[in-house]
Amino acid sequence: MRLTELPLRQPAWIDGIDWDALSLAEGQRLREFGLCEGASVEALHHGGMFGGGPIACKVGRMTIAMRRNHAAAVTVRTGPEEPAERAA
Amino acid sequence: MSTLPLVALVGNPNAGKSALFNALTGARQKLGNYPGVTVERKAGRLSLPDGRPVELVDLPGTYSLDPTSPDEQVTRDVVLGRQDGEKLPDALVIVVDASNLDNHLRFALELIALGLPTVVALNMVDLATRDGLELDARILARELGVPVVATVAVRKRGLDDLRVELEGMLGGALTVRPAPPKRDFDAMRKEARRIAGATIVRETPSRRLTAAVDHVLLHPVLGFVLLLALLFVMFQAVFSWAAYPADMLEGWVTALGEAVTALLPPGILHDFLLQGVVGGVGAVIVFLPQILILFFFILMLEATGYMARAAFLMDALMARVGLSGRAFIPLLSSFACAVPGIMATRTISDPKDRLTTILIAPLMTCSARLPVYGLIIAAFIPAVTVGPGIGLQGLVLFLLYVAGIVGAMVAAWALRLTVTKGTSSGFLMEMPKYQFPRPQDLAIGLWQRAVIFLKRAGTIILVTNIVLWILASFPHAPASVRQSEYSIAGRIAGAIHVVVAPIGFNRDISLALLPSMAAREVAVSAIATVYAIDAEDDAQALEQGLGERLQGRWSLATALAFLAWFVFAPQCVSTIAVTRRETNGWKWPLFMVGYLFVLAYGAAGITYWAAVAAGLG
Repeated sequence: MRLTELPLRQPAWIDGIDWDALSLAEGQRLREFGLCEGASVEALHHGGMFGGGPIACKVGRMTIAMRRNHAAAVTVRTGPEEPAERAA
Repeated sequence: MSTLPLVALVGNPNAGKSALFNALTGARQKLGNYPGVTVERKAGRLSLPDGRPVELVDLPGTYSLDPTSPDEQVTRDVVLGRQDGEKLPDALVIVVDASNLDNHLRFALELIALGLPTVVALNMVDLATRDGLELDARILARELGVPVVATVAVRKRGLDDLRVELEGMLGGALTVRPAPPKRDFDAMRKEARRIAGATIVRETPSRRLTAAVDHVLLHPVLGFVLLLALLFVMFQAVFSWAAYPADMLEGWVTALGEAVTALLPPGILHDFLLQGVVGGVGAVIVFLPQILILFFFILMLEATGYMARAAFLMDALMARVGLSGRAFIPLLSSFACAVPGIMATRTISDPKDRLTTILIAPLMTCSARLPVYGLIIAAFIPAVTVGPGIGLQGLVLFLLYVAGIVGAMVAAWALRLTVTKGTSSGFLMEMPKYQFPRPQDLAIGLWQRAVIFLKRAGTIILVTNIVLWILASFPHAPASVRQSEYSIAGRIAGAIHVVVAPIGFNRDISLALLPSMAAREVAVSAIATVYAIDAEDDAQALEQGLGERLQGRWSLATALAFLAWFVFAPQCVSTIAVTRRETNGWKWPLFMVGYLFVLAYGAAGITYWAAVAAGLG
C-alpha cells in the first residue's frame, strides 16, 4: 500500500521508496528526515479542506509533512514489525 | 576577525540551538553577514569559568554536511575551515534534541568524524521527559567518545557544565585540521539508531502534547479558521495595544519640539531642528510600538512551532497558485520586512518557486508601511466599533493586509502562467514539537528589532529628511506663494504631480513619493516636514497633530487612493538591492519594480475614481 492510502493513526513500516520518482534534492531531504526501508511510519493528518493537501506523518520520532506526490513514492506495510532493520 | 577562541554551535534545525545560544550569551550578541553571501552571522560573547572570553557563533541549522541552500553551505564551510571571514572553530558544540536522537545523532556522528574538539549538548531533556523518555547522558558520552552535557536552556546547571567542558578543551594550542567529511549515510544512520537505543534507558508511552494540539490546529476546517482568527487578532492588536505607548512617544516628541523652540532663537538652525529632525524623524519613531507588536506575534509563532503548521494548512491553497506551503513562512516574515522575507526564500529548493515567492514578497504589507497606514487610518477612518471587540480602524487595516495577500496570490498565479512557467515543486518540511516560548528569547528578538528600526530612523530616514528639508526650504518663497510649491522639492513634485494627478494624488503626496523609495516610512516624515515648513506658527503646527492637518488638506478619496497605492507601491531600495543579490542580476528587480508600479497606479486610480463616483471626493 502507498503511504497516501494508509489510514490515519495506523502504525506501519516503510517497505520501499521509489527514489527514481523523487528529485535528487528531494530524495536527500527525505533520507535526512529518516525515511528508509524498515522505518516506522504513521499518517497523522491530511491537509487541505477538499483533500489533495499535504500529509503529515510521524517517521521514527519526527513529524514531517510532504505532498501526496512524494508520499505516493513510499510503499508501506502494516502488521507485525519485522525485527531485521531495528536490530541492525 | 576576532582573536578570541571561536566556538561554533551546530546542529539540526529545531534542536533548540537558538534558545541555547541566547542562554549562553545573553543580550551580548552581534548580528552581521558573511562576506559575499546574504547569510546572517550571529555571534556572542561567552565567559569560561576561569574568566577567559570566547566567541560563540550560532551556525544555521542543517540536516547534514551536504548543503541544499546557501545557509547550509555556510555551516559546512565554517566547520571545514573554508568560509571567508571566519576562522576554523577551536571547538564545536553539537546540539541534539533529546527526544529526536535517532535522527540528530546521525548528523552528530558526521560532525564528530571531523575530529575537531567537540562537546555534545543533549538539549531539551525536559521535553524528552515530558514525552516519557528517560536518557542516560553517560552512556551517550561513552558511545560517541566525546563529552556529553544534558542541557535545558532555562536551567543554569547544564550551561555551567557546558562552560566547564569548553574550558578544558580550549586549553592548549591545538592545531587540528578537519578530516574530510564521511560519506556513508546508511552506516551512520544505523549507528545513530543503535546509540539512540542504548541511550534511551526507559520509554513510557505518554499522551503527547503535540499530537493532541495538532489534532485541533491541523484540522482541515477548524485549523484553517483558527489560523485566520489568529491573523485577525494580530492585526487588531497592532492598533489597539499600541495606542497608549504611541501617545506617550508622541508626547515626548512634542515636548522635544517645544524644548527646541524654547532654547534656540528663531532662525535657520531652529527651523532645521524643529522641522527637519524633530518633526520628520519623530513622526516615524511613534510607530515603534506597532512594529514591536507585529514582531512579537511573528516571533511567538516561530518560537512555539506554529509557523510550520501554518505552512501545512496553507500548502493546499498555495499549490493552487503554483507555490509551496513553505512560501508562507517567507511571506509572513515579509509582513515585518520584505528583506529578511526574501532572504528566507532560500529554504525553497525549486528555483522557479523561489523566484515567484521573491517577486510577490513585497506585496505583503511590511512594517515600514504601518506608519503610512497608521497615519491615514487614524486621520480619515473614524474610531468606532462595528461589532463586539472589532474596531473599524483595525478592520480597515486588516482589509489592507488582505488586499496585499489577494494581490500576491493573483500575481503568483499570473507569474506562474507566464514568466516563471514550469512544474511546481513540492513541500517537504519538519513539524517541530510545540514549545512554550521563553520570555528571554522573545525579549532578545524584540530588542534586536527595536535597535534595527531606531538605527534606520537615525540613518536612512534622518538623512533623507535632512536632504528633503533643504530641498523644501530653498529658495525662499515670496510672501504670496506656498513654500512647499516654490522650493526645489516643490518643483520636482510639480513634475511628478503631472503623472499622478489622474489618480487623485495632490502635491503633498507627489513630494513624498520620491523620498519614500529610500524607506517607506519616510512618506510620513516627508509630509510632516513639508507641513512643518509651511506652517506659520511652528509651535502650534507641532501641537496640532499631523492627522488633523491632513484632514484639512486631503479629500477622503485621495486618502483612500494613497492607501491603495501603498498596498502595491514599488518597494524601497533595500528590497530592490536584496532582490538583485538573491537573483544575481538586475533583470528581476527591474521587472518587479515595473509590475508593482503598474499595479499600484491601477489600484490607486480605481480606488480614487470609485470613491469620487460615490461622492467622497
